[in-house]
Amino acid sequence: MAENKIGRQIPESVVNKRYGTFSGASIKEDTYQRASAEVAPVSPGSNKLLSSVREAIEKTGLKDGMTISFHHHFREGDAVINLVMEEIAKMGIKNLSIAPSSIANVHEPLIDHIKNGVVTHITSSGLRDNLGAAISRGLMNEPVIIRSHGGRARAIEAGDIHIDVAFIGAPSSDDYGNVNGSHGKATCGSLGYAQVDAKYADKVVVITDNLVPYPNTPISIPQTQVDYVVEIDSIGNPDGIAKGATRVTKNPKDLLIAQNANKVITHSPYFKNGFSFQTGTGGAALAVARFLRQDMLKKNIKASFALGGITQQMVEMLNEGLVEKIIDVQSFDKGSARSIKENEQHYEISADFYASAGTKGPAVNKLDIVILSALEIDTNFNVNVLTGSDGVIRGASGGHCDTAAASKMSIIVTPLIRGRIPSVVDKVNTVVTPGESVDVVVTEVGICINPLRKDLMDIFKNIPVPQFTIEELKEKAYAVVGTPDPIEYEDKVVAVVEYRDGSIIDVVQKVKE
Amino acid sequence: MDKLMIKKQAIAGTVESSDVQIIIDQNPNKGIEIELNSSVAKQFGRRIREVIEETLENLEIHDAKLVVEDKGALDCTIKARTIAVVHRAAETTKAIDWEAIEEWNV
Repeated sequence: MAENKIGRQIPESVVNKRYGTFSGASIKEDTYQRASAEVAPVSPGSNKLLSSVREAIEKTGLKDGMTISFHHHFREGDAVINLVMEEIAKMGIKNLSIAPSSIANVHEPLIDHIKNGVVTHITSSGLRDNLGAAISRGLMNEPVIIRSHGGRARAIEAGDIHIDVAFIGAPSSDDYGNVNGSHGKATCGSLGYAQVDAKYADKVVVITDNLVPYPNTPISIPQTQVDYVVEIDSIGNPDGIAKGATRVTKNPKDLLIAQNANKVITHSPYFKNGFSFQTGTGGAALAVARFLRQDMLKKNIKASFALGGITQQMVEMLNEGLVEKIIDVQSFDKGSARSIKENEQHYEISADFYASAGTKGPAVNKLDIVILSALEIDTNFNVNVLTGSDGVIRGASGGHCDTAAASKMSIIVTPLIRGRIPSVVDKVNTVVTPGESVDVVVTEVGICINPLRKDLMDIFKNIPVPQFTIEELKEKAYAVVGTPDPIEYEDKVVAVVEYRDGSIIDVVQKVKE
Repeated sequence: MDKLMIKKQAIAGTVESSDVQIIIDQNPNKGIEIELNSSVAKQFGRRIREVIEETLENLEIHDAKLVVEDKGALDCTIKARTIAVVHRAAETTKAIDWEAIEEWNV
């Protein structure tokens, strides 16, 4: 057992020798050699278009023990992962590592592939519902490695994840593998996560339900990176891939939190012409943009860019001229997918460009303000977005720790309690984002500034929102719901949480039944 | 207050979030038996049992079988549903002795 900088016990067996355990949020500026893909050149006259997924798998030479990847731009509408995994299972290939950028509820069939030995290793941003619960109960022998969006990109660049075959679901492609996500039957907008896979995987298979004449433009993933193209009937359910406009909450508690967060933003020194921001997609986080918009109009302040997972609301601000540009690694709804197609000020970026700590500077480094949600935050400001209050994996790391660390001001918005569950606690079940990267906590009863940010404590002295210490917020929560009993765990580690630099920030253990 | 007696099966509460549904029945000379299902069992299961047991003790109910479906109710809700279900099972829903309840319900 090794104790890392934030006091988490990390078993020696899961510590990555190259990166060690978490020792602080600052970037280690050691130079390294970027990984590269193996390339099989394609001669004039050869054909990349194959007749079936089966044929594509065979041509890639996929065999036992290899690593395959997928992107999660199709979210709950994705048909590609299940389809490819079913074919692989039928072929009798075993012992695979899968490295999707994330996993949705719809990927529950993975449980059977794990039980049957087809899948033995997983790295992902997160795990949902039944798969998360099954893994928390000890389904796998090897722990899942949880990586943030920036952390995954870094791990691929550094060669920690070497992708043998990337399967890329494509809303549109030509027969030579020029791909974009903004045209077709089932559009997802940005293909930012898939772009990294296409660049670093040895073999790249494009799977599309919208084969168009050569050359398909705009080009998000270029033909130079693609080995094979397969046309199928459907890559997924368009309504699951991109919901209609993401709705703003009507929950009065969330609105109050959003209003408080907006006061923090507008009273901060960052709120001036040319500022930049990112909001998460949780109820309150999303609602912040609505209040911010009003203040921007009133004070005639324009943002230089909005970053991140993009929703309809950002698009409206772009169209109104309140935001000059959008840089988009993932488009969350139909409005944002449409905008990336139609508006050249709405720009697609790859996951490494977005948040990798292993690049020559990701976009998050230029970010002023980020508004993030939390399942739990503790009195050391450590944030959990991965495990529920019952200790079971049900969330995702996302870009949480990347944006929190790199932005000038990170704001965590969370209700004080959810039902009987306190959100501000003594000790979070799992740390995804270290407290040193968290600047302001905003709840419905008031805000709390991290004492590490003495500058902000001075600046916010007279802000018209009640202020508390983090202990006071916790006491307020416990006064209503009582003090929760700590969750009991067994020794078995079911997931390892990597910080964005590859060091181990925490582990998730098997929950005692 | 007349002594409350569990005369029949009764139910109180709902399975809405933040509520608790309690079904109570007779359990002659077998003490208090609680079957608890809770969405927050790991964090608050112990406390939920404690609140129900204390409330039954205060109502002088020593034998009863309870099936409890908790959806994250707060202590005050659990107490209120327990008081209600006991009164319904005791067929004492018209003349409730509020003063006696207020003696221990702080």
